[in-house]
Amino acid sequence: MIRLYDDLIIQTVCRIMIPLIQLFAFYVIAHGHYSPGGGFQGGCILGASFILMVIAYDINWMKRRFSEKKNILLIALGVLIYALVGVLCILLGAEYLNYGILHKIIPTDSVKVRALGTLIIEIGVGITVMAVMVSIFLNLTTLGKHEKGEV
Amino acid sequence: METVIGKYNYWIYIALMMIGFYAMIAKRNLVKKIVGMNIFQTAIILFFISTAYKKDATIPILIKSQEVIDPAQYINPLPHVLMLTAIVVMVSTFGVALAVIMMLYNQYKTLDEDEIIEILRKKK
Amino acid sequence: MIVILTGAVLIYSTLDMPDWGDPNSPASLHVSPRYIEKTIEETATPNAVTSVLADYRGYDTLGETTVIFTAAVVCILLLRRFEDDKTL
Repeated sequence: MIRLYDDLIIQTVCRIMIPLIQLFAFYVIAHGHYSPGGGFQGGCILGASFILMVIAYDINWMKRRFSEKKNILLIALGVLIYALVGVLCILLGAEYLNYGILHKIIPTDSVKVRALGTLIIEIGVGITVMAVMVSIFLNLTTLGKHEKGEV
Repeated sequence: METVIGKYNYWIYIALMMIGFYAMIAKRNLVKKIVGMNIFQTAIILFFISTAYKKDATIPILIKSQEVIDPAQYINPLPHVLMLTAIVVMVSTFGVALAVIMMLYNQYKTLDEDEIIEILRKKK
Repeated sequence: MIVILTGAVLIYSTLDMPDWGDPNSPASLHVSPRYIEKTIEETATPNAVTSVLADYRGYDTLGETTVIFTAAVVCILLLRRFEDDKTL
């Protein structure tokens, strides 16, 4: 186990960088329709910001902001959003994941609503990818014993 | 000469793929095997991306002001989609494989394949 | 030895592959022109990659998300050790 090493420069730079990285990640997810980007990429960037927190500070500092319970819930929540959108399409009378039918409950025409449905599932994918990256990183680096906060 | 200019990209991927294949079948260390598998997958991803390319074409993001859309102007989006998902599968298989290897190391205190088999034989 | 043999077979098979950057290669003639032509008309999304990923092939991406979900669950189940019986 590596001993914790506090460095003022790294911590200050990371404190400034992390909000910018997260903002950029949300931009990549939300702007995926018009530029390169989407759920997978944005989720990876968002996960990287949490991993940067662990590297620059320590695990407990990160877990105070993003607890492990929330992390595990988010892993399932992303898949759930994706699957529920598909089930919603069935309930409205179309095929599974055919977003065109969503215009019955969202007041736009049936073409625009496809872009909206795409955005919803991209958000679901992004949530899952972010939580999975953080969870795999934490469990692999600490052999699953990250209560003490040592890296 | 034309064959070389037209096909050299495939040969690069084959070289990369064979490096990964060699690591997978010849190395004894399990982590090296997993890294070989990753190199193999990278070669396949590069191969798919290169099939998507068309000469003088741009990325598949359409320009709004354009009236008639000519498919020859945009590169093929389909391999990009498939490889986008394949990259994520690569990451998750890598994570799971490392987790399994860490459990094996905890159990047998070695990463060498032959030694693990030896220990298993002795147990019988 | 096996590696060199496999490499030689693969290099021989590339002689039949289309050239690099060939716009008429079989991969870009089947469904991809339709995706490129109809993506704005049918999904209002200029980025063809996003529309194919999430709309035309949404089922594929659902399976994908399930794969990484399963990977995370496997990692947690294999590695996670809770100390002093404190659950989460």
